[in-house]
Amino acid sequence: MNIIVCIKQVPKTAQVKIDSRTNTLIRQGVESIINPFDTYALEEGVRLRERHGGKVTVISMGPPQAETALREAISLGADEAILLTDRAFAGADTWATAYTLSRAIMRLATYDLIICGRQTFDGDTGQVGPELAEMLGIPFVAYVSAIEEIRDRYLRVRRMVEEGYEVIETGLPALITVTKEINQPRLPSLRGIMKSKSAPVPAWGAKELDVDPSRVGLNGSATQVIRIFFPERTHQAEIITGSPEEQADRLVAKLREARLI
Amino acid sequence: MPQGNSMEENASSRYIQVGEECTGCGLCTFACPFGQIQITGGRAVIGEGCNLCGACVKACGQRAISITAPEKKAGESSQGEVWVFAEQHQGTIRNATYELLAKGRELADKLNTGLVAVCFGDNVVDAGSLIAHGADKVYLVESADLATNQEDYLTYEMVRLIKEHRPAVVLAAATMLGRAFIPRVAAILNTGLTADCTGLDIDPERHLLIQTRPTFGGNVMATIICPERRPQMATVRPRVFRKNPPDSGRRGEVIRVDFRKEAITAKTRLLSFIADITDKVKLEDADIIVSGGRGLGKAENFSLIAELAGVLGAAVGASRAAVDEGWIPYSHQVGQTGKTVSPRLYIACGISGAIQHLAGMQTSECIVAINNNPDAPIFQVAHYGIVGDLFQVVPLLIRKLKG
Repeated sequence: MNIIVCIKQVPKTAQVKIDSRTNTLIRQGVESIINPFDTYALEEGVRLRERHGGKVTVISMGPPQAETALREAISLGADEAILLTDRAFAGADTWATAYTLSRAIMRLATYDLIICGRQTFDGDTGQVGPELAEMLGIPFVAYVSAIEEIRDRYLRVRRMVEEGYEVIETGLPALITVTKEINQPRLPSLRGIMKSKSAPVPAWGAKELDVDPSRVGLNGSATQVIRIFFPERTHQAEIITGSPEEQADRLVAKLREARLI
Repeated sequence: MPQGNSMEENASSRYIQVGEECTGCGLCTFACPFGQIQITGGRAVIGEGCNLCGACVKACGQRAISITAPEKKAGESSQGEVWVFAEQHQGTIRNATYELLAKGRELADKLNTGLVAVCFGDNVVDAGSLIAHGADKVYLVESADLATNQEDYLTYEMVRLIKEHRPAVVLAAATMLGRAFIPRVAAILNTGLTADCTGLDIDPERHLLIQTRPTFGGNVMATIICPERRPQMATVRPRVFRKNPPDSGRRGEVIRVDFRKEAITAKTRLLSFIADITDKVKLEDADIIVSGGRGLGKAENFSLIAELAGVLGAAVGASRAAVDEGWIPYSHQVGQTGKTVSPRLYIACGISGAIQHLAGMQTSECIVAINNNPDAPIFQVAHYGIVGDLFQVVPLLIRKLKG
């Protein structure tokens, strides 16, 4: 079972600052981690390898320092890691990111399953997984909460929908995005940490991927961010005072007055 | 209602030109999202279906392709239509679709073009109501195979219809279905897609869709455009826009479109569906949500939340802390790692208001916070706050609402 897990390095906190001069987010000085949603994808990949053999390759596109996230992934059980990094990749939207990942995956030997987190903690789009699946021309299932059966060329999963769960079967190779329900990620092992320090993490750029420069990074992005700003929080909560009895009375009166109940 | 027939006008007046510099390299043929360019006699030839999206202009290394825009006559339509993906579940149109039609109507009027709903399903009972809620036209694709929203069918049928009619804008609700298959449509069309928008408008000068969305867990808002590629696509957070009351006098056309199943290979198969029976009211559809957090202390106390929800006809939500404690299933989790909700009324009981929770509920119309810690961040987003013991206040609320 050869598994590819796509991860992204994200800031540890969502409390970011904006550089008002350049209208971009200030990422310097903010600690970085593996996107929390991706840790479930990685854990699921490692568990599948433990049960079925094979290997887990983790891929990330990002600045050179994203290598740290890949090494952390190795400490958590990944066998190999590849960093996609190039100045030309910077500023990519989801389309250009998926395109770059697809070119890297096409260069890899055969794979059975690609696992992604359901979305990133910073961008929150959830689009790279389905876009990547389509660019690779493989089946896609979103919001997977359990892998029920996986064997040669066959996958059956349970996935979350609004009204409950669906059981879906598909062929392999396929791409799934997973929710946090799927497992409880492990902590790094001592052996993993040792391995992560010495493991090679090759860096592939535009040249290695043989990509069309007009399709990657800012140039290849279909969308443009024209403004970023903090949401207005103008209102102040009206604090309802009094005894618990009075508080309950007043709240009910206010909600009825506003025709909310 | 004015209809968007501008593409024919554009095509016949041929504003796009291929200059002498063209080497016939063919890069533009790959760039064209609509497959409208062919290399004939060593030169690029632009097809009649060109909608002047400009993707080829950018792709051309020789700068051989140019678009010249002649002055527009007053009142002349210059845009393709605005499309809304009309999501059905078990034959009934989802509410989020009507919200999109209300917003889509506004956008279409600003663009001086038509609003179209595209619906895939089987025996869809309320396709006519799409017109009453603002659509000028409905493309209705019905087949037994489309009843369960098989995503490969939806993806490729949507792509086929978009290629055929070339809308300027395509919107879908950011439901689980919308967020799963619309990105695939955008990937195939090589166009941009903005996720989970909470604001949409039109730039009056450039006729572009202005898309605003929360990012970084709702801490930052980003405004995004898709300047060149077409269509401009966005998924839209449910319950942020309000639907219009239906107008049964509105005229429109329901156009039945044959489902071309034979052209599509369904790569996944639905084997069974397990309904979540723990919810009486679905979080995503609820007008009112009562949520509980760590302040409840133990699983049994969720019955208090359920009782308040019961008297209000509300859905039961929970913070991540409560879910992680195992007090309530994950399907009830509201927040960045759970569900994003936007009810008319959100009552947070014993929830401190971690950023990841706020990201999932701060677009609610009215937020009530009941918490014993006056410094809890939930009070920063609340409209009404009660600093107090929820075990005292909530039973009193239940009693008053029952009486």
